[in-house]
Amino acid sequence: MSILVNKDTRVLVQGLTGREGRFHAEQMIKYGTKIVAGVTPGKGGQEVLGVPVYDTVSEAVANHQIDASIVFVPAAAAADAALEAAHAGVPLVVLITEGIPTLDMVAAVKEIKDLGVRLIGGNCPGLISAEETKIGIMPGHVFKKGRVGLISRSGTLTYEAAAALSNSGLGNTTTVGIGGDPIIGTTFKDLLPLFNEDPETEAVVVIGEIGGSDEEEAAAWVKEHMKKPVVGFIGGRSAPKGKRMGHAGAIIMGDVGTPESKLKAFAEAGIPVADTIDEIVELVKKALS
Amino acid sequence: MKLHEFQAKEILAKYGVPVPPGKVAYTPEEAERIAKDYGKLVVIKAQVHVGGRGKAGGVKLAKPEESREVAGKILGMDIKGLTVKKVLVAEAVDIAKEYYAGLIIDRSSQRVVLMVSKEGGVDIEEVARTNPKAIVKYAIDPHKGLRPFEAREVVKKAGLEGNLNRLASAIVKLYNAFVGSDASLAEINPLVVTEQGEIIAADAKIDLDDNALFRHPDLAKLREVEAEHPLEIEASNYGFAYVKLDGDVGIIGNGAGLVMYTLDLVNRAGGKPANFLDIGGGAKADVVYNAVKLVAKDPDVKGIFINIFGGITRADEVAKGVIKALEEGLVKVPVVMRVAGTAEEEAKKLLEGKPIYLYPNSLEAAKAIVTMVGGAK
Ligand SMILES: Nc1ncnc2c1ncn2[C@@H]1O[C@H](COP(=O)(O)OP(=O)(O)OP(=O)(O)O)[C@@H](O)[C@H]1O
Ligand SMILES: [Mg+2]
Repeated sequence: MSILVNKDTRVLVQGLTGREGRFHAEQMIKYGTKIVAGVTPGKGGQEVLGVPVYDTVSEAVANHQIDASIVFVPAAAAADAALEAAHAGVPLVVLITEGIPTLDMVAAVKEIKDLGVRLIGGNCPGLISAEETKIGIMPGHVFKKGRVGLISRSGTLTYEAAAALSNSGLGNTTTVGIGGDPIIGTTFKDLLPLFNEDPETEAVVVIGEIGGSDEEEAAAWVKEHMKKPVVGFIGGRSAPKGKRMGHAGAIIMGDVGTPESKLKAFAEAGIPVADTIDEIVELVKKALS
Repeated sequence: MKLHEFQAKEILAKYGVPVPPGKVAYTPEEAERIAKDYGKLVVIKAQVHVGGRGKAGGVKLAKPEESREVAGKILGMDIKGLTVKKVLVAEAVDIAKEYYAGLIIDRSSQRVVLMVSKEGGVDIEEVARTNPKAIVKYAIDPHKGLRPFEAREVVKKAGLEGNLNRLASAIVKLYNAFVGSDASLAEINPLVVTEQGEIIAADAKIDLDDNALFRHPDLAKLREVEAEHPLEIEASNYGFAYVKLDGDVGIIGNGAGLVMYTLDLVNRAGGKPANFLDIGGGAKADVVYNAVKLVAKDPDVKGIFINIFGGITRADEVAKGVIKALEEGLVKVPVVMRVAGTAEEEAKKLLEGKPIYLYPNSLEAAKAIVTMVGGAK
């Protein structure tokens, strides 16, 4: 078991004919992901990696059953591509693209949510259910099937944490990179209920960072509803105020987004916080023993 | 990207928000000429990318005959570390009331939020702390935009006094300017009601969304390179996410999250990072070479810590780039590396016998580099 996606999930790749789309589609296929179709406007009728390409998502949907779409479309057209998938009835849209205009996301996130579609990202590495399916750009080999769910705003740090969990023998169920932008489709608190109900997930790791208040909202949810242990981590604890640390969303504005506020919220919810990646493993082990 | 007040006011004026007539001057003589042209009381305002100019003495009223002297005092002034190189000379307005109107992108409601307050003229963060009830907030539906009736309701709720239709109309136009220029923040503070009952934006602040600059080439041109750190300019030419910091440990990593974590580890070990540098995903040897070259060039840097977790990025590509920079003699300070993930073994083989301290663990590497630059501070 896993959340959101498994080995049977049929995936559409938007932007399959582009450099990024083609490269990662190949990696996903190698991992075992069922990629059934691609979409690139104006390139319908081609075949890439043995996968048929359509001009529009609705044509792809008319010819295949599609459970999820992954979007590799350049920033200027990315929100539009995500909306296209949502309107065509694809229930899960994973938006990898970095650098999407924020107001595009404000409008798209609302519209996609109103359609009842789940959007993950943008500016995210995607999601992976270990040894089943990868709908993203992460290095698949560091994820070993196991017991821990992982949600993160960062890419590389996710791989670090997943590798550490795998090497320790704890392993991963589903890992979701929710993205480093200020406006994203799915936040920590949207995913915690799914992990709470997933029989294979025994503990959840939340890798947050400075900026915004998603960690605080997640902590409040955990305090009220979570039946399983949660371990936290906050990146950028030593970052200066007002400076954007790589991610568009990793910035402390006035009193909002400080590590102090996040650490306090985690403490109040009884969530132990790891100072290092290695400590994440120790805290999960402790919580499960 | 931050805009100057005069640039923000140009945008507002384009969208129909009333602003006082004003021009930019680079010398006291120019300021005087502009003031004499207006022939009445003016306000001379420092144009720097920082708040609190008024408190710092960077905003002063002047009669035309005083304007040269006043401008002379403000030009060259240091405000929070920035030198004033230009001033806005604007016609003074007869202030009856000073209000606040602002728009931000609110992450938790995921909408553009309008904030209006009777307590204008002062720092809004100060109002938020001392009297949060004085700020009325309203989350705007992105598909409907801000309609006049909504603006009127907010104006009433906030208790602003003055012509209701004109106040609401200025706020709707502020919203149109925000969306039209892809801002991330837009503020009028103070939004002035004059003794004559006119509504006018006496101060304006607009930050633009960097991600959207590609569709505003006219606004993208307003970027002021000389206001940034020279290393930040060079880094942006290479396409790196780079932030100059005030310590002495140069940091290079792949992925913003990992780089932030690396800064935290150096801090934990008692050291201070000199920069944040993310080489991004999938970087090849030449990209890494440029990153090392850039960080080694920083005179503050006494040691470099390169932290790599190979995913899409191959650790051996990173090693090749680092070795090339070392062999060209570009690096005069100790280099500590930690590599893991994709192509880790190949990287370690390449690095064997090279003048690099290799550590298997990030925290150990952080401790080592801190010791090498002279220990915890
Ligand atoms: N055109 C004008 N006519 C008369 N008074 C003005 C004018 N512009 C500004 N002032 C006065 O000066 C005060 C401070 O000016 P302003 O708001 O532009 O700077 P500030 O808020 O101190 O700067 P910052 O935006 O950097 O925080 C205003 O609150 C207002 O009372
Ligand atoms: Mg002001």
